[in-house]
Order: sequence, then structure tokens, then C-alpha cells
Amino acid sequence: MSSVPSLRVVGRPEPTSPKLSLRSVSKTYRQSSGELVRALDDVTLDVAPGEFVCLVGPSGCGKSTLLDLIAGLERPDAGQVLMNGRPIAGPGPDRAVLFQEPTLFPWMSVIRNLEFALGLTGVPKADRRELAMHWLSKVHLSAFASAQPHEISPGMRQRAVLARALACQPEVLLADEPFGALDAQSREVLQRELQTVWLETRNTFVFVTHNVREAVFLADRVVLMSARPGTLVAEHRISSPRPRSFEDVLLAKVVVDVHDHLLKEVQKVVATEEGVRPGLA
Amino acid sequence: MSRPRRAFGQVWPRVAILVVLVLAWWAVYATGLWDRVLLPSPASVWTALWSNLSGAGGLLVAAERSALRLFLGLAAAAVIGTPIGLAMAASKIVQRSIGSLMVGLQALPSIAWLPLATLWFGITERAVFFVVVMGATPAVAIATAASVRLVPPTLIRAARTLGSRGGRLYVRVVLPAAVPGYIAGLQQAWALAWRALMAAELIVTGARGLGHFLERAGAVFDTPLMLATMVAIMLVGIGVDGVFTLVDRRVRSRRGLIPSG
Ligand SMILES: Nc1ncnc2c1ncn2[C@@H]1O[C@H](COP(=O)(O)OP(=O)(O)OP(=O)(O)O)[C@@H](O)[C@H]1O
Ligand SMILES: [Mg+2]
Repeated sequence: MSSVPSLRVVGRPEPTSPKLSLRSVSKTYRQSSGELVRALDDVTLDVAPGEFVCLVGPSGCGKSTLLDLIAGLERPDAGQVLMNGRPIAGPGPDRAVLFQEPTLFPWMSVIRNLEFALGLTGVPKADRRELAMHWLSKVHLSAFASAQPHEISPGMRQRAVLARALACQPEVLLADEPFGALDAQSREVLQRELQTVWLETRNTFVFVTHNVREAVFLADRVVLMSARPGTLVAEHRISSPRPRSFEDVLLAKVVVDVHDHLLKEVQKVVATEEGVRPGLA
Repeated sequence: MSRPRRAFGQVWPRVAILVVLVLAWWAVYATGLWDRVLLPSPASVWTALWSNLSGAGGLLVAAERSALRLFLGLAAAAVIGTPIGLAMAASKIVQRSIGSLMVGLQALPSIAWLPLATLWFGITERAVFFVVVMGATPAVAIATAASVRLVPPTLIRAARTLGSRGGRLYVRVVLPAAVPGYIAGLQQAWALAWRALMAAELIVTGARGLGHFLERAGAVFDTPLMLATMVAIMLVGIGVDGVFTLVDRRVRSRRGLIPSG
């Protein structure tokens, strides 16, 4: 793995210091059955400012857990989760999150959803509408500003959530399979759109997905996680220039490589599980 | 669908059930199998309804009085029950203590309060009000707690990541998200309040509501008036329910909770 835990004077980050860093982070959940489930085990990961990191790994390996830790929605049992060198104390608008289901508030129109979020970041009332319209136009939703969330398609809803996140100008964007519930076509449209806006804003991005193609298309770095308990097992740097296109042959080759690697990891895990609990895997 | 056609679609099933009921009733009456004093004809009930409708002692005035009591009782139940329900949703301890009490009270037919209420307040308007409030408050509290508890956690998580927390998260996100469930709860509560009210008025005759008509008609074996009063009670109920259904539909269609078509 890339990073080694290092001593650092807190409050005086070095110029090259990572935007996010996870230091030997572990997280265990207690299931309602009373059983303990170790979701993350000794995860160490640094994300540089402006870096686009995609996390891929088998289902249940702790990707969402990792994201929740960075979002501040959960706390680690051991280790540290730092942003700008300071421990993350809780959720906040400096880290926007895109969840798998679009999380627009159903009683507010699309633009009111953005204005509400802008209000929470302290934008004065008079400036909210204009800013909201600006970000809606970035995701091509100007025409649907006054629609209610249920009146637009799921893909459009997710775009509105993206606009809402960007409008708050977060330092970090977190996404948990935001396009996972969409059909293949909408998915590709949104991936392209995300690439375009990200090239403008260059937020630090941690993006969780099952889809290796999506990861390779979007990321500077694809990080592979092993199955439960989740640890980081490998990473691939994607150095293809941007804007990227799905038709790019070289990129397709990288997709195959990463995919093979991922498959091998999954098989390794299945093999060990079979060894431990014969017949149960 | 065009407007008149839709209106027609709204009206005809209601008319149809009315016609079927009256015809069946009339058929039974015509056979004479049932004593005609005990089961009066539809026509005589209509006459009773019509002749007792207006005037100072008429059904309309009584219905107005009862409706006002329903409104006040329900308002009081909402004022008392809503904070109790919110506290139940917020705290496990409150849920286990006061929540259990509310479930117990809901199991109690509200009319069971009347003997005690008349001892406390006499055979008065206040006794009636008390019974109505006791009938509706547990339903409001339980429905409020449920509606808050059923707010999708993802919505709250999303709001927290946007920087909303504490009291403002509660007021701006949790409460608005709970509104549809709350309205459904009020819709249940009014029906309970209405039943409690009719029962109380039947006994506290000085209250001179619709329930009083029933009592008066019973005392003189005036079966047409009895049935006419029952019809009036149902009509008021259908009206009140219509208002709630309208509000409910508006709120839910705004949020896409009603399948179109
Ligand atoms: N709130 C929770 N309570 C108990 N166990 C949990 C909780 N959240 C997650 N887990 C457990 O932690 C493990 C990791 O879950 P997580 O949701 O992080 O996986 P994931 O990689 O996001 O999976 P997927 O790709 O299917 O979304 C799972 O075994 C899950 O059962
Ligand atoms: Mg997940």
C-alpha cells in the first residue's frame, strides 16, 4: 500500500499533506443478533487534494462503512480519520455525500432543495436563488428547477443531488454508488457529466462503485478492497489524460487489468472462507 | 379524462350504493316480515329528516353544535397528543412509559370515561369535551410517534451531511417528512372523537347535539327520527372525512406518494 503512518504536528499540515487520511482504521458493527461483524480492518489510505479516488471491492467489504467514516456519520473503533490533518468530528457541509438513492427532500421543489442546502452553508437568502440556478444549469436541469422531485426521472434526481452537493462548494465529495440504481444509458450520461463538472471544480473525490469500468473512467486512482473484513489490497493509478471517453482502447485495456485483479482477490477470499468454514461459502 | 366525466365517475358509485340500500330496505319493509313500527319505511325516515331539519331545535343546528364540539375536541387532542407523540418518538423511556399508557388508553372505549367524567364535571358540556379528548388524544399521540419514527433514515443522513443538525434538523427535515403520516393519524383520530362525542351526547342530553336527537327519538319510540338522526350522523362523518381526504391527497400528491392514473 502507498502510505505509511507518519508522525505529524497536528494543526500545521505540510504543503503536500493529504486532504483525507485514514490511519489504521477499524470498525466493527454489532448486529441485532448480537453477532459482531468486523467491517473494516486496519485500513490506511491517503487522498491528495484534488485527487479522484475510486473504491471498488466485493459486496459487503466495507466500502459504505469507509465512506460513512469520512462523512462523519460513523466513528472508527480504532485508528484515525483525518481531514486536513484534523480528526473528523461529525458530518458537515465541507464533505458532500451522494447516496445510492437520490436524497432530495420530497416536499421541496428541486431549486428549493438547493436553496435549503445553500442556507445551511451560510449563503445569504438574497444570493441563494441565483447560485442554485447556476449549479442546476451545470447539470442541465434549469428547465426543471421548479419541478417536485417525483416529477423528474431518477437520473435527473441524482443530477439534482449532484448540483446540490456542488453548490455547497465542499472540499470533499463522497459518493456511494450514486449511479448504481440507474439503467446503463443514464449511467453513462451521468458519468460523462460528472467528469465534465469535476474537471471544472476539481474537488477531492472518493467514489465507491461495484463497476470497474466506471471506476477506471473516472478515477486518478482505483483502490481495491478485499472482502470482509475490508482491507485495502491493491491500487491502480489511471494516468490516461482527461477528458476520457468510453471508446478509448487503452482505457478498455486498463479496465480488463483491474477487473482481473479484482476477480483474483475475490477468488482468494472465497478460497480462504471455504478453508475456514467448509461448505458454507 | 374530461372534468364532467371525472365528476360523474366520482358521483355514480355513491348514488348507486344509496339506491341499492334504499331499495333493499324498502323491499324488506314491503314484505311486512319485520314489524313496521320497528323498521319504518324509507319514505317516513325521509319525512322525519326533512321535517326536523331546520329551526332552533332542528337537526341542522344540532349537527352544527356537534361538529363544533368535534372540532374543538380534536384540536385539543392534537395540542395534547402531538407533543406526547413527539416525545415518544424521541425517547425510548417516554415510549416505554407514556407510550404504553397511550396504548392502554386507546384500548379503552372512550365512553368508559363518561361515568367518571359526569362525577367530576357533572352532566355538563365539560364532561362531553373530556370524553372526546380522551378518545382522540391517544390516537394522535401514537400516530405522531409512528410518523416520526417512519421518516426514512437516508433523508436524515443526507440532511446531516449537508450540515443540518439538532433542533433545526428536527424542524426543517424530520417534522416535514413526518407530515403525511401525521395527517393519516388525525384522520383516524377524528373518527374516534366523533364516536366518543355521539356516545357522550346520547347521555349528556343537555348538550343538545345529534346524539341528543337519538336519545329523544328513542324515548318516544320514534323509529323514523332515530334512523333519520343516524343518517345525519353518517353524513357529517362523510363530510369531515372528505375534508381530511382532500388535505391528505394534496400533501401526498405534492410528494409523489399517490400513483398517477
Ligand atoms: N449499521 C450496521 N449494523 C450492523 N452491521 C453493519 C452495519 N452497516 C454495515 N454493516 C456490516 O458491515 C459490513 C460492511 O458493510 P458495507 O455496507 O460497508 O459494505 P459495502 O462494501 O458497502 O457493500 P455493498 O457493496 O453491498 O454496498 C457488512 O457485513 C454489513 O453487514
Ligand atoms: Mg455499500
